[in-house]
Amino acid sequence: MNTEERFSRQRLFHGIGWEGQERLQEAHVIMVGAGALGSLTAETLVRAGVGKLTLIDRDYVEESNLQRQQLYTEADAEACTPKAEAAKKRLLDIRSDASIEIIVGEADPALLENCMPADLIIDGLDNMETRLMINDTALKHQIPWIYGACVGAYGLSYTVRPGQGPCLRCLMKGIPMEGETCDTVGIIAPAVQFVSATQVTEAMKLLTHSFEQLRGTLWSFDVWSNESSSIYVDSLQDKDCPSCGESPAYPALAWSGRSKAETLCGRDAVQVKPLPDMQVSLEQTADVHKQHLSKANQHLLVLNIENKRLVLFKDGRAIIHGVSGEVEARSLYQRYIGG
Amino acid sequence: MQITLNGQLQNIENSQTVADLLEELQIAHKKTVVERNGTIVIEEFHQQEGLMDGDRIEIIHFVGGG
Repeated sequence: MNTEERFSRQRLFHGIGWEGQERLQEAHVIMVGAGALGSLTAETLVRAGVGKLTLIDRDYVEESNLQRQQLYTEADAEACTPKAEAAKKRLLDIRSDASIEIIVGEADPALLENCMPADLIIDGLDNMETRLMINDTALKHQIPWIYGACVGAYGLSYTVRPGQGPCLRCLMKGIPMEGETCDTVGIIAPAVQFVSATQVTEAMKLLTHSFEQLRGTLWSFDVWSNESSSIYVDSLQDKDCPSCGESPAYPALAWSGRSKAETLCGRDAVQVKPLPDMQVSLEQTADVHKQHLSKANQHLLVLNIENKRLVLFKDGRAIIHGVSGEVEARSLYQRYIGG
Repeated sequence: MQITLNGQLQNIENSQTVADLLEELQIAHKKTVVERNGTIVIEEFHQQEGLMDGDRIEIIHFVGGG
């Protein structure tokens, strides 16, 4: 394949040129998550000629993914192929000389540490807890990362640059309880494509050093109601922020700063404990997950989700029955309760 | 009262403050960034920040999916 021809149209674009294309081809990008956002973003980056891509994902392909997770096929869903593996195969069909490292596993601080050095981390995750870990990892290594998330027809994105404005922890002040997720209110592919397009464009600007062109705002849209918003958030930068402030402690990298999952002996169940600063409301959870609710009292509620039973206690703890292990339990907790 | 919310004109019936508006929009339980007429209103002031006819309000709420 002739590299000059392959990237010719991108090089012709005034913002990239020969120099920009060379920078793209020298860059190492870590893509965390290979679901809807991750598979789309990975494909666009590989087509654009990014030098090396590391793709991390803990999940496998299911039929319900195929409507929007565009790297995957019916054969992948039938074989329950891990997403990272299925993605790599398709990405190499698209560009056979691409350098793609995959990790089938849950992104944790040690795993990300092993992926360094990198120029950029892009978020294609489905939970806030891991995003805060990405936030702390990127800040510790002084590299940028790009937050992106979507649900329904709504999406948002924000680019975090060390030393240049607030980080995600400054903006969120604690972990939100999850209300709507793709598993409860659904998602349409155009919302994913909007977010991915924004993330990839910001990535191209960062990697080609076109810093003055970066958006510089927290940005959201709803492709169904046609609303959009863009807010300059510089004033939210917290000089005492434990992630990006004057004396950072990077709490999400410490074991105590992570949620815990442990298999309960002899009960075919896993207990998940939330992060210390997460607030859980039984009332709110019962309301959001009406269709899954089977029992509720003042101490706990019981949700039946896809043949699994999740018992949520007032202190935020959950005991989850019918899961295959701790990774699945944590994933279910993060998707339905939060973190 | 009529306000411009995320770029679209909207009639708001029951909201006197930013906190009321978040309730009316059913996003009070979410993490949000709110801007009123170009200035960010931090969470601690949502209860006391009054709304006026013609306000330009921007609200972005965080979600986790992807």
